[in-house]
Amino acid sequence: MDLILFYFRKLFTVVRNEVLVLPSRVVVVLFFLFLLLLPLYTKDPYLLRIFILTSIFAILAASWDLLSGFTGQMNFGHALFFGVGAYAAALLNLRANIPPWGSIPLGALAAVLSGLIIGIPCLRLRGTYLALTTLAFPIVLTGLVFAFPDFTGGELGISGIARLTQSRVTDYYTVVVLMLGLCTIMWKITDSNIGIIFHAIREDEVAVRAAGINTTRYKLLAFSLSGFFAGISGGLYAHFMRIAGPSTLEVSLSFTVVIWAIFGGIVTIYGPVGAVFILFPLLEFLRIVQDYRTLMFAGVVLLILLYMPDGLFHWLRDKIEKECPRCKIRNVATRHTCRVCTAPLD
Amino acid sequence: MALVIDIIIGGLINGSTFALLAIGFSLIFGVARIVNFAHTAFYMLAAYCIYVATQTMGLHAVWGMLAAIVLVTLLGMVSYKALINPIREHEGAVLIATIALAMIFQEIMSLIFTGTFLSVPALIKGFFIILGVKVFYQQLLTFCAALLVMAALWVFLMRTNLGLAIRSTAQDREVANLMGINEAQVAMITMGLSVGLAAFTGAVVVPLTILEPQMWTPPLIMMMAVVVLGGLGSLKGSFIGAYILGFAEALVVFLAPMGAYLKGPVALSIMILVLLIRPEGLFGVSFEEER
Repeated sequence: MDLILFYFRKLFTVVRNEVLVLPSRVVVVLFFLFLLLLPLYTKDPYLLRIFILTSIFAILAASWDLLSGFTGQMNFGHALFFGVGAYAAALLNLRANIPPWGSIPLGALAAVLSGLIIGIPCLRLRGTYLALTTLAFPIVLTGLVFAFPDFTGGELGISGIARLTQSRVTDYYTVVVLMLGLCTIMWKITDSNIGIIFHAIREDEVAVRAAGINTTRYKLLAFSLSGFFAGISGGLYAHFMRIAGPSTLEVSLSFTVVIWAIFGGIVTIYGPVGAVFILFPLLEFLRIVQDYRTLMFAGVVLLILLYMPDGLFHWLRDKIEKECPRCKIRNVATRHTCRVCTAPLD
Repeated sequence: MALVIDIIIGGLINGSTFALLAIGFSLIFGVARIVNFAHTAFYMLAAYCIYVATQTMGLHAVWGMLAAIVLVTLLGMVSYKALINPIREHEGAVLIATIALAMIFQEIMSLIFTGTFLSVPALIKGFFIILGVKVFYQQLLTFCAALLVMAALWVFLMRTNLGLAIRSTAQDREVANLMGINEAQVAMITMGLSVGLAAFTGAVVVPLTILEPQMWTPPLIMMMAVVVLGGLGSLKGSFIGAYILGFAEALVVFLAPMGAYLKGPVALSIMILVLLIRPEGLFGVSFEEER
C-alpha cells in the first residue's frame, strides 16, 4: 500500500514539476489522453477510420524523420518501405495464413531487408543524388509488381486480407496504442547515443568519421530502423484497408510523406506526427469541396512554409517557450527568469 | 528493319525531350541549388497554353508556341520571386514548395480542362516513308528544334558574358559574388531560362503526346534519372544520359511484352546500375569536398 502511495506521489511530483511547467509537454499529455479517450465519447466509424489512418501515416512520417531528418539522408522513396511492408504482410497473411500479429512484424522485417538492399548502393551517394536515386526504387518495384500479376495481383493489388481485429473500436485501440508506443520509441532512439551520432552525421559526416565512428554502419542502421517502422505502418495499412495495391508504392505517397515531415518540422519526431494529425484530417475535411481539395491542401502547405520555413511545430514551440541562455533548459515564454537557475531570460 | 527505324525514331524523340528538360533542371540546380520538382509542371502548362491558343482562340500554332514560352517563363520567374526566393536557405522547404507548386498547377489545369485527354494538331502535317516506316514531319521538326535550341544554349553559355556569369555562379556562388556578379539576378535569369526551356520542350512535344493534367509526372521521373545518370550540374552528362535513357525506353516499349509498364523501371534500373559503378554519374564532378 505504501509502495503504491509512493509511486502515486512520485507521479504527482513529476507531473507538477516536469510536465505542467512547459506548455509543449502539457500539449503532448493532452494529445495522448485525447487519443486514448476518444472512443468513450464517440463510436462513429467514419471518425474512427480517419483517426486510424492518421495514426498509421503518423508512424510513416515519423520513420521518414528518423532516417532523413536525423541522418540527413534525404529519402524520396519512402513509399518503398511502406509498400514492401504492406505487400509482405498481405502475401504472408493470404498465402501462409499467418494472422495479423505475425504478418505485420514479418512484413516489417521484409521492409528492413529492402532498407538494407537499397541502403548499400545509396551509402556512396549524398545529398541530392541520394534523394533522386531513392525516388527510383519504388518505381522499379511497381514495375515488378505489374510484371508478375499472378503473384502480386498486378494493378488490382491483393485483396481479401484478414481484418486487423474484429471491431472498429479494437482496431482503433490497436493502431493508436501502437502509434503512440512506436513514436515514443523513435523519440527515445533519437534521444540516445545513437541519435546523437545520427545528428552528427547530418551536420558533418567527415568529422564523425574522423572521430573514429563507423558512419557506414550507423547509416545502414538508420535505413533499417526507418524501414522497420515504415514497414509496420505498411502492414497495418494493408490489414486495415484489407488491400495491398500499387498505390502503396506511388511516387505521390513518397512526396506526401516528405510534405508531412517538412511541414511539421524535421529532426523532431513530434513535428511529423503532429503535421499528419493536422494535414490528414484537413484533407478529409476538405472533401466537402471535393474539386478544390488538393488545390487547397497545396495552397495551405505553400503559405505556411512561406512564413514558417522551419516547419510549423518549430515555429510554435519558439513562440511559447524560451531557452535559458545559461543552462539551456526550456521555459514558458511568460517567465522572466529561468525556472532552474534563475538566470534572467531575455 | 522497320522495328529498328521505329526504335531509332522513338529513341531520338524521347532523348531530345529528356535532354531539354534535364538541361533546364540541371541549370537551375547548378546555379541556385534548387531541386525544382515543378520543372515538368511548367512543361505541362506550356502544352495547355498552346492548346488554348490554337483550339480555343484559333491562332496559328507558331503564335501559340511563342505565347506559351513567354507566358510560362514569366510565370516561372514570378513564382520563383514570390515563393521560392524567400525560403531559399531552407533546402527542405524549397523541395516541398516546388512539389506543392506542381500540385497547384496540376489541380488548376484539371479544374479548367477536367482531366480529359486532349490533343493538338501537328505544326506541319504529313509524313514521308523511310524503309516502310512512316516518319511524321512533326517528329523531324521536334528533333531538329531540340538540337537547335541545345546548340544555341551551348553558344550562349560558352560565348557570352551572361553565360560566363551563370557558369561561374554554378561553380562557386560566393566567389562569383565577390567578382561582382549579382548572384540574385543571375539566379533569377537562370530560373527564367530553365523554365523557358521546359516551356519550349512542351511546345515542340505537345503534338506528339496526349494532354492531361497528370502528364508532368512520367517525364519528371525520367528527367531526374537522366540528371543523376549524367551527373548533376553537367550539361554534357545530361545530354548523353538523356539519349541513353531515351533509347532504353524506346527499346523496352517496342521489344518487351509489358513495355508500357516496364519502360520507367527499366530506365531507372539502368540508372541505379550506373550509380553502383560511378556514384557521381557519368560526367559528374565528385561533391566529396562540399560539406
